[in-house]
Amino acid sequence: MRYLHIQNARIIDPASQTDTIADVFVANGAIRTIGRRPDAGEIEETIDATGLWLLPGLIDLGGHLPEPGFPQKGTMASETKAACAGGFTHICSLPDTKPVADTSAVIKLIEEKAAKAGYARVLPLGAMTQGLAGEQLANMVTLFEAGAVALSNVRQPIRDSYVLRRLMEYAATYDIPLFLTANDVTLAAGGCMHEGEVATRMGLAGIPETAETIALAQILLLAEQTGVRAHISQVSCGRSIRMITDARQRGMRISADTPLANLLYTDAQVTGYNSLYNVQPPLRSEADRQALIAAVAAGDLAISSNHRPHEIAAKKAPFSDAESGMSQYDCFLPMAMTLVSAGELSLDALINAVSVLPAQILGMAQSVQENSAFNAVLFDPETERTITARDLNSRGHNHPALGRSLKGQVQRVFIDGQQIC
Amino acid sequence: MTDPSKVQLTEDGRLKHFLTTEGLSKDLLTEILDTADSFISTQERAVKTVPLLRGKTVVNLFFENSTRTRSTFELAAKRLSADILNLDIARSATSKGETLMDTLWNLEAMYSDMFVVRHADSGAAHFIAEQVTPNVAIINAGDGRHAHPTQAMLDMLTIRRHKDSIEGKVVAIVGDILHSRVARSQIYALRTLGAAEVRVIGPGTLLPRDIEGMGAKPFYDMKQGLADCDVVIMLRLQKERMQNALLPSESEFFKLYGLTEEKLAFARPDAIVMHPGPINRGVEIESAVADGNQSVILNQVSYGIAVRMAVMAMAMSGQQTLINSEENA
Repeated sequence: MRYLHIQNARIIDPASQTDTIADVFVANGAIRTIGRRPDAGEIEETIDATGLWLLPGLIDLGGHLPEPGFPQKGTMASETKAACAGGFTHICSLPDTKPVADTSAVIKLIEEKAAKAGYARVLPLGAMTQGLAGEQLANMVTLFEAGAVALSNVRQPIRDSYVLRRLMEYAATYDIPLFLTANDVTLAAGGCMHEGEVATRMGLAGIPETAETIALAQILLLAEQTGVRAHISQVSCGRSIRMITDARQRGMRISADTPLANLLYTDAQVTGYNSLYNVQPPLRSEADRQALIAAVAAGDLAISSNHRPHEIAAKKAPFSDAESGMSQYDCFLPMAMTLVSAGELSLDALINAVSVLPAQILGMAQSVQENSAFNAVLFDPETERTITARDLNSRGHNHPALGRSLKGQVQRVFIDGQQIC
Repeated sequence: MTDPSKVQLTEDGRLKHFLTTEGLSKDLLTEILDTADSFISTQERAVKTVPLLRGKTVVNLFFENSTRTRSTFELAAKRLSADILNLDIARSATSKGETLMDTLWNLEAMYSDMFVVRHADSGAAHFIAEQVTPNVAIINAGDGRHAHPTQAMLDMLTIRRHKDSIEGKVVAIVGDILHSRVARSQIYALRTLGAAEVRVIGPGTLLPRDIEGMGAKPFYDMKQGLADCDVVIMLRLQKERMQNALLPSESEFFKLYGLTEEKLAFARPDAIVMHPGPINRGVEIESAVADGNQSVILNQVSYGIAVRMAVMAMAMSGQQTLINSEENA
């Protein structure tokens, strides 16, 4: 066998409780040995990783990819390359493409385009309902068999509790996991930011916390009744964390994620009407942010990207008229690392939330240990640079890192033993 | 993006746009009122025009219809000797940011010097001032629920002329605070100019969340809310509030909050009654009060022209200083 030899890397892998400096030997897509030379075979390439971290590849539980349907916002290649640059080896694509990912043909198309692009692996999420309209169930089993890893209705409403109950029952029959987003659109009432003092001052229509928590209560109760495998996507409120914790204490197996932006920012960012911070779910209060951080620190909450690239015109509008969403893939890991350098999260808790937990939720193995597939990131934690438009791979320049100085950079990404970038 | 209140100021603290009363100093607000006062005397002359904006082009850009406000701006511009262009661009569902920007760039290319902007989106005037046409002076004539600073300043002028000063006064704003850009601009101006207390009175559905954070004290009851008030400002109630489950009916609103002589008696005997107009008689105010001797509603209208002349002249002068310094550099 011919080996890739990664020398002197600091291996940080909370899944195997590893934090050690060692050499790694990779062959045939998997890690063969750590800390000792394999008995036979030769070294094909040696990478000096002194001072670098070797981390399990990041896994995104939900990002918006522009293909098919939104060529003005980017391409499969631009966005999956951006994902790699941010440290992701795998990303779940949300089904709100055009056409919606509610047929096996669209799932296949996404998989083909992603394979052709050759960057991060795309794990498509299928639509729960036809056209995401929330009325008629999508062909769930067909979508699952076509390769959808789970089904989602993004932030679109399900018509009523009856439909939600039936789609959970149906999914439970075939053990199809659902990624549910708690969003009561009647309570959100067309709001464009968190309802609170900032919204009052800015004269912007607010989205109350109850738009999330009431929908979440409905989801939790029906998930309990139907026994469906449920994951809650894009949690933004501290109260939601308490409700999910309560459900777990009653014995429910339920997972959840929050977008990175909700850990980094609060509604105070909207002061000045910067449309970059028009995002869904909205950026909420500092108390909410703290509760989300605490849940991530406790290992109860994964971090997703909610990546949403936009062309310039989509954001060049008065705040409420601008399209919502933030480009997040580029610089994802360095941005997330600011939580560690600020002392808000431990490095282990962060890696757990962006890689270990998502892998568990998706039923994947993602670990830097012997005999694991080599899906990993070589990260330089020290280099500091100012992010310019040229540093972004994503076509969406609606990125909060633009113009700011960030410490840390993804150097190489490996997927199944192949160096992708 | 920068602090919204800073966008409208030059580096040396002069007005170059007029977008919001928030964050403006007491001195600057007082300068606006003093300038407006000086224009009131010119309005009483036979020849009402002054040449401050001669050769300048002012465009009235109303994405929301408003004949009254537009007319006062038009008159104000004419009395400052500006050329004025009126554009009524009723905002269609498809006219998003791009259309807005294209419209503005076209107008800028016609060498416009000032845009008077009314738009249904909060922050629209900021957006234009900051991102679209920063070299055109922007006067905010109302953006969404956010701000209507010229209306607020004419209200301040009204209070000052009738009560001598704003300092130490107790002011109540009654009605639909949630949707009111006028109320927000009034609250900031009143706080900065030294009002003793700013109260907002209405049902919970029409008072925005955390209004205390802006420095206003919420009341749900007219008797308590109007006690010891020097100034009572009534807001217009829009009919669509009934359809949107915010209120049961006009009659119940009138019963609870409509300003009648009985309710006005809760305030100080010399309290003045104001209304930004147009008034709904029998909904938020009864005719006996609207036309009564404590009402200064019609005075407000005549001060409106003077205040608009003042901010237009000041913003144009600030903008001109910037342009001159750029040309010299």
